Amino acid sequence: MKNQSVSNNIDWITISLYVALVTLGWMTIYSADMTPNSAYYFDFNQNYGKQLIFIAFTVLLIIVILTIDAKFYERFASVLFGSSLLLLAGLFLFGKTIAGQRCWYAIGGFTLQPSEFAKAATALALAKYLSDPQINLKNLNHQILALLIMGLPILLILPQPDPGSALIFMMFILVLNREGLPTWYLWSGFGAVVLFVMSLLLKPQYVILISFILVALHYFKSRRINRNIIASALVFIAMAGFTLSVDYVFENVFKQHHRDRFNILLGKEVDMSGVGYNTNQSEIAIGSGGWLGKGYLEGTQTKGNFVPEQHTDYIFTTVGEEWGFAGSSVLVLLFVALILRVIYLAENQKTKFSRVYGYGVAAVLFTHFFVNISMVIGIFPTIGVPLPFLSYGGSSLWGFTILLFIFVKMDANKVNEW
Amino acid sequence: MRKLLLPGMIIVSAILIIARLFYLQIIDDTFKLKSENISIKIKYDYPERGYIYDRHGELLVANQPSYDIMVVPREIKTLDTLEFCNLLHITKEDFIKKIEKAVVYSPMLPSVFLGQLNKLEYAAFQEKERKFEGFYIQKRSLRDYQIDAGANVFGFITQANEAIIKRNPYYKSGDLLGKQGVEETYETELRGIKGVKHIQRDRFNREIGPYKEGRFDTIAVQGKDITLTIDAELQKYGEALMKNKRGGIIAIEPSSGEILALVTAPSYNPAILVGRQRSRNYTKLYNDSLAKPLYDRSLLAEYPPGSPFKILTALAGLQVQAIDTSSSFVCNHGFSYGRGRFMRCHCGGGVRKLHMGIAKSCNAYFGNTYLRTINKFATPSEGVDVWSGHVKSFGLGQFMGYDLPTGRRGNIPTSKTYQKAYPNGGWRATAIVSNSIGQGEVLMTPIQLANMMATVANQGYYYTPHIIKKIKGQQIDKKFRTKHVTTIDKKYFKPVIEGLSEVFKTGTAYFLNVEGIEICGKTGTAENFAKINGKKVQLADHSIFVAFAPKENPKIAIAVLVENGGFGSTTAGPITTLMIEKYINRKITQKDREKRVLEKSLQSEYNKFTRKFIDSMYKLKVKKDSVTRVLSKKKADSIKKATKTV
Repeated sequence: MKNQSVSNNIDWITISLYVALVTLGWMTIYSADMTPNSAYYFDFNQNYGKQLIFIAFTVLLIIVILTIDAKFYERFASVLFGSSLLLLAGLFLFGKTIAGQRCWYAIGGFTLQPSEFAKAATALALAKYLSDPQINLKNLNHQILALLIMGLPILLILPQPDPGSALIFMMFILVLNREGLPTWYLWSGFGAVVLFVMSLLLKPQYVILISFILVALHYFKSRRINRNIIASALVFIAMAGFTLSVDYVFENVFKQHHRDRFNILLGKEVDMSGVGYNTNQSEIAIGSGGWLGKGYLEGTQTKGNFVPEQHTDYIFTTVGEEWGFAGSSVLVLLFVALILRVIYLAENQKTKFSRVYGYGVAAVLFTHFFVNISMVIGIFPTIGVPLPFLSYGGSSLWGFTILLFIFVKMDANKVNEW
Repeated sequence: MRKLLLPGMIIVSAILIIARLFYLQIIDDTFKLKSENISIKIKYDYPERGYIYDRHGELLVANQPSYDIMVVPREIKTLDTLEFCNLLHITKEDFIKKIEKAVVYSPMLPSVFLGQLNKLEYAAFQEKERKFEGFYIQKRSLRDYQIDAGANVFGFITQANEAIIKRNPYYKSGDLLGKQGVEETYETELRGIKGVKHIQRDRFNREIGPYKEGRFDTIAVQGKDITLTIDAELQKYGEALMKNKRGGIIAIEPSSGEILALVTAPSYNPAILVGRQRSRNYTKLYNDSLAKPLYDRSLLAEYPPGSPFKILTALAGLQVQAIDTSSSFVCNHGFSYGRGRFMRCHCGGGVRKLHMGIAKSCNAYFGNTYLRTINKFATPSEGVDVWSGHVKSFGLGQFMGYDLPTGRRGNIPTSKTYQKAYPNGGWRATAIVSNSIGQGEVLMTPIQLANMMATVANQGYYYTPHIIKKIKGQQIDKKFRTKHVTTIDKKYFKPVIEGLSEVFKTGTAYFLNVEGIEICGKTGTAENFAKINGKKVQLADHSIFVAFAPKENPKIAIAVLVENGGFGSTTAGPITTLMIEKYINRKITQKDREKRVLEKSLQSEYNKFTRKFIDSMYKLKVKKDSVTRVLSKKKADSIKKATKTV
């Protein structure tokens, strides 16, 4: 087949969704920034002005990404991954601390957050590793190596401390699952989360009792031939041990502000002026939106600056307040459409490399989308992750753009594969 | 199966999120808190306004508590009006008027009934507060000024008016906000954010506790303290020197653009705009349309700068290589240009080069330099635009972007200016030669003059002048740390600075030397006219002086303007040197000069103008009266005539 130009094969649906989200994001940042005291002229020192510069720069980035040969990303995956690990490690020496987190490099007047770029690099590395025909995720050694690729950035990010970004990397497990990692990994992870929450809500003895009943039910419901009393006992002991350790971890390992966030979410504590302030204010802002919202630039909660960090992690509150239920649902649907589109394209790739990468893109975007919005509307603990393409900030915008457009390039190049 | 897991999760999450949004935005109406809700009472908790310090950390502005009586008209029950009025020392008419005003604002929302009570009045009222339903006391803090100076620097605090409340939802009736000065520029930082408490009331209007466990309540955020670049001692001294004169002083630290003193005269004691006497005093200041104490002359007084502008004429001439340091012109007590026109000069005449041209402020020298500069280019239009570009790179002809709320652009003409004035073309350099000596179309404000001197002191760059040094827990604007470089090469500043230094040796200010400080400066005298009775009348000249010191490693750049003060060296000059000595040496050796300046009053000069003005108004009135008389007579006559014919 003849080499074809990128523009003919580029997926314009993805591009349109991307442009729509970025545009909406900028408009919202503009609104969150415009307080009645602001200057009436356009000011590049304001956040909306800077974001516009960031957006202008992404155009350049996109052109570069689409120009580079698609094979480059496969060939240099390990190099890119290695350098992003170095950048993460370098933070311990040269990083800049903002609000207690050492996640940034200060370059001139700007700050750069390497973990945003490590997401694309890790997705590339995983894709590269899994696309080797000799790798089989049923094999324990290969499982460990794959988990290691995923785990290295987490190890470097957790002590920064940046639990939000670490959580994103953990969700690469969805990619491994798609590629044949035994399902029990996922189920045990899921089970651990459920047990964790239950242990916080209930006394440990009740949780242990419930675990016992569940394990026993499973034992007696499975066919006689599959019953394994030792395995079941081991599972039960693991569950009980986990439950008991949760209490310890919660009280001794977690910091007070982590405990507070869980307690608020679980309704165990009400403190609206202190730690619950963010979530409460964001719920008020969104809740006051009603069906159609108060209108663009008309949000009173937004203008009163009641919601902290509104232009970054809490940007969705402005959408909720000014565009109401209709607008926020449309935004949610835009995200769903984009992620599903990426998955659809990934499933139709001809090489395993680009399929795994595309899946990684979808997993990262989905996690960000879900964790961020759930946090803002109060169904998830407060974990600081940005909303892709909307939140203010150069690093996150560029990180997501690189992530997405490498895949767009791979997809456009699909016709050249055979 | 594995393929469907992620898409499944996405769809489930989206449904979950949309369901939650539906609950928050549509079903649960506790979030649609409305201020009209009668069962909820809103109480504000006003944080204390930030303090203001001077550059050395001296406290300039603090706070004192004050109490407002608020009223919610709809909740007023029958009350003993007489007792109420006696308690607050108001008349019954006042009472009715104030209630009517409150009703007009809103019958349901609280508004200020009587503002800024002192502690005694507050104590007396508080004792009987429960007798007067619908009234309550709101605590706020008022400014407490530690110095009797700097009124124009600080600005004042006033109640938010209807227009502001409409524009900015943060402000409610009775809220205070800063106007003018740093109180206006740094309003958001200084005021902090007020806290809100929502209190649930039952049907008897009794408070029964926080509404919805206080989930709509917010906490007050303390205002931030700010440190100004002002040197309080210098500021006070400047205001003392300007007593009984009108004008402005502005001093800048060249190496940083920090404003050391910002004096306007006449001024007033900032303390008189605090408390209940505020509005009376403000009206008095506002209505003084001749002395204009609320008009900051150091920022707003826009005049043709006169001779100080010659510094820029010289620099532009050197830059375009129209002249060099050895170019010389002959001064015949002036010089003639084009068709017998003559520009006069008081420098004494003779052959002038750059050095002595500056020192003696020779009009002929700069007139010639300007002609050569413009004629260096193919057309006068091009010449004027190049010249204008050089001059504008000193921050002229534009709002400079400093952090004070008022200002004027000034004016630097370009070729467009003259194309408009001479629509048929044909204008040449000679037509606009008065620009060379800072007359003509050139206009500058004192802050622009001071900034020009700071730029010369720095030999080619300046920082945007600013008055903020520190905001607690926050960085000051980046634009105040950005260097602005002029289009003039550094090497051309040296000879000009030498000339400015000569001014104090053998030049126009030779008698103004200060022991131990080498000052570089330039005198200026601006003619000024007033239109009285439709006629252009020449008044006494404005006295202008600009300087920086010391010559090596300059610490202060300054501009002084004294309205109707005569020659630059008579009034503005001594003030300049006194300010410089005060700032650099912290004490004054030139005691005689200080005494003369302190005692000098220009009041009689100003009265002359007032007299002329009043006379002309009187004449106008007489004329008008006679006209009316004649007219009414005519009318009467015509009526008489008409009746006669009938």
